[in-house]
Amino acid sequence: MKNNIPLLKRIRESRLLWPLIAWVLILVFDAIVEPGFFKLGIIEDPVYGKHLYGNLVDIFNNGAPLMLVAIGMTLVIATGGIDLSVGAVIAISAAMGAVLINPALGNKLITNDILTKNATNTPLPIIVLADIAAGTLCGLWNGLLVSKARIPPIVATLILMVAGRGIAQLITNGQIMTIYYTPYFWFGNGYILGLPVSIYIVAVVMLLGWILVRKTAIGLFIESVGINAKSTYFSGINEQNVKLLTYAFCGLCGAIAGLILSSYVHSADGNNNGLNYELDAILAVVMGGTSLMGGRFSMLASVIGAVVIWTFTVTVYSMGVPANALLAAKAVLVMAVILLYSDYSRSLITRLFERRRGSQHGTTN
Amino acid sequence: MVQRIKPFLLRYGPLLATIAIFVLVYYLGGRLYPSMQKPQVFFNLFINDSSLLLVSIGMTLVILSGGGGIDLSVGGVIALVSTASAALLRGGMSPYIVIPLMIVLGVALGGGMGWIIQYLKVQPFIATLMGLFLARGLAYIISLTSVTIKDPLYKTMALTPIYIPFIPKAYIYPTTLVGPIMLLVAIYLTFFTRFGRTLYAMGNNEQSALLMGLPVPLTKILVYAFSGLCSALGGIVFSISLLAGYGQFATGMELDSIAAVVIGGTALTGGIGNVIGTLFGVLIHGTIVSILQFNGTLSSWWTRIGVGVLTLVFIGIQSLFYARKKHS
Repeated sequence: MKNNIPLLKRIRESRLLWPLIAWVLILVFDAIVEPGFFKLGIIEDPVYGKHLYGNLVDIFNNGAPLMLVAIGMTLVIATGGIDLSVGAVIAISAAMGAVLINPALGNKLITNDILTKNATNTPLPIIVLADIAAGTLCGLWNGLLVSKARIPPIVATLILMVAGRGIAQLITNGQIMTIYYTPYFWFGNGYILGLPVSIYIVAVVMLLGWILVRKTAIGLFIESVGINAKSTYFSGINEQNVKLLTYAFCGLCGAIAGLILSSYVHSADGNNNGLNYELDAILAVVMGGTSLMGGRFSMLASVIGAVVIWTFTVTVYSMGVPANALLAAKAVLVMAVILLYSDYSRSLITRLFERRRGSQHGTTN
Repeated sequence: MVQRIKPFLLRYGPLLATIAIFVLVYYLGGRLYPSMQKPQVFFNLFINDSSLLLVSIGMTLVILSGGGGIDLSVGGVIALVSTASAALLRGGMSPYIVIPLMIVLGVALGGGMGWIIQYLKVQPFIATLMGLFLARGLAYIISLTSVTIKDPLYKTMALTPIYIPFIPKAYIYPTTLVGPIMLLVAIYLTFFTRFGRTLYAMGNNEQSALLMGLPVPLTKILVYAFSGLCSALGGIVFSISLLAGYGQFATGMELDSIAAVVIGGTALTGGIGNVIGTLFGVLIHGTIVSILQFNGTLSSWWTRIGVGVLTLVFIGIQSLFYARKKHS
């Protein structure tokens, strides 16, 4: 069946096409403006041994949290929802990790010596589990509000978006906590076979997600809920649980992203960890061609969207634009992408194509 | 008798509940902290929340317009207006030019978002989220640090108290009056004009409103422009009260204002509610903040958590009321 469709058409209709074109365009721009952009090298690190370095590796390493969040966000958006709280979930997860590591926890006499010691209070696996549990709990909370309490997703997740940062500050007692425990840094800074650990984490989550949605019926359920929740319900699918699952998965992804981020920056800051990630994640998903109205989705396309965003970010940084001005540039980028994907411009493009085809007919006849 | 009371309760139930909760919370605060019984504390609610009130009035109209209408850009517009006006004033421009310019800026931003929502069919929250990030980004481009305002007109407006007659030692500031005036304007607009009727009609059912021949597209753009106007006024009031402009001002105000609107009894689905409830929603928010301040030991982030919880409770109350209304 699949082979009957011509290759060219399959390429043209693939969801991966547009984000890939955007990526290539940015890379070509980089190649012209900055010849040194693609330089890759091997460096000897005292802790992690030999590994690759260069802008491209940085893009994948720094972009890993966003890719994870984009994977989770794709499923939520596919059900016709939205999760604005991913940034706050990242902050909560980071705060959780930092507090559990804090060697002064439960210690009556707190001195600078104890605080900055390269030691941990809780074993690393438990920290990871606690992080993931906290994020999943946040996701479940969002999911319950959306599916059972039937609060519009924007408002339900907006509550956690703002209150979540309060919760993160509550966990760290309003302080920015610096982490001194070196094994924790492995998630964001370590290397396996010369490539950053974070890339492997993304690959594993991606694979798990892919098995979940493409090898079981859940993917179909998600798409049908996104297209028409009511008729899905009447055809015997528990749409509430499908929604609950996607929000919980999104929370899980946010938690892993928070783990990588806090490990990368060696600290937890309730106000700034994962700031504006909700916007970037939505942008990545939209770039990947998943409609914000819900329905068909592609997680891989969203991941490529995230890569595009980070390539854009690294490019803008290397051109010397201040970080805060990037916010405005990104907003314009999102708007442009959304307008490109909107029905209005779609119909404009189809009309252009039809006209051309019409004129061709005219000449052959 | 019962037949009369029931529809009355169903119609005004959420509003009455809001007012009752305001009185209750305020009374509890007064019992807990006797110094809260001073009349000035009540007027402080208006002084401290003057920009929140302004923003929430615009938000109420946007949410009333239905179709998932929401304006997330309010905090960003406040930040942009405060920073831009501070920078312009520092450059030596007269405040009589700066203030109208900022109002035009707010209306243009709001109207632009409304146009995108109406004609390009972008969901309101996406369009206004872009507005939020664009406005904040622009504010940071203007200045990365806080800009102080030294303009004499701004200073007099910030520091001249207006004493309330008949109540000793109670005062407000000139900027405090902007919110209540806009509230009156909004009451007039929603209850006594064609614009208001169209707003409620499209909030309840956009399709029927269109079929009735009401000017739905224009009204939608106007509503967002009105919200932009309110945010710009909020930004001016904000910058006058702090005598500064900064890109980080009013972070998270969108939630506070949505919370105030929801607590005020406006349904997020649109078409139900009014701006009077919003006033009390804002007052409840202010009372919670002042109770936390009088307590002194609780940290400021409890405000956010508290407001979030209260919003949830009110959404629950609403769904109870409106679900019944639909059945009857």
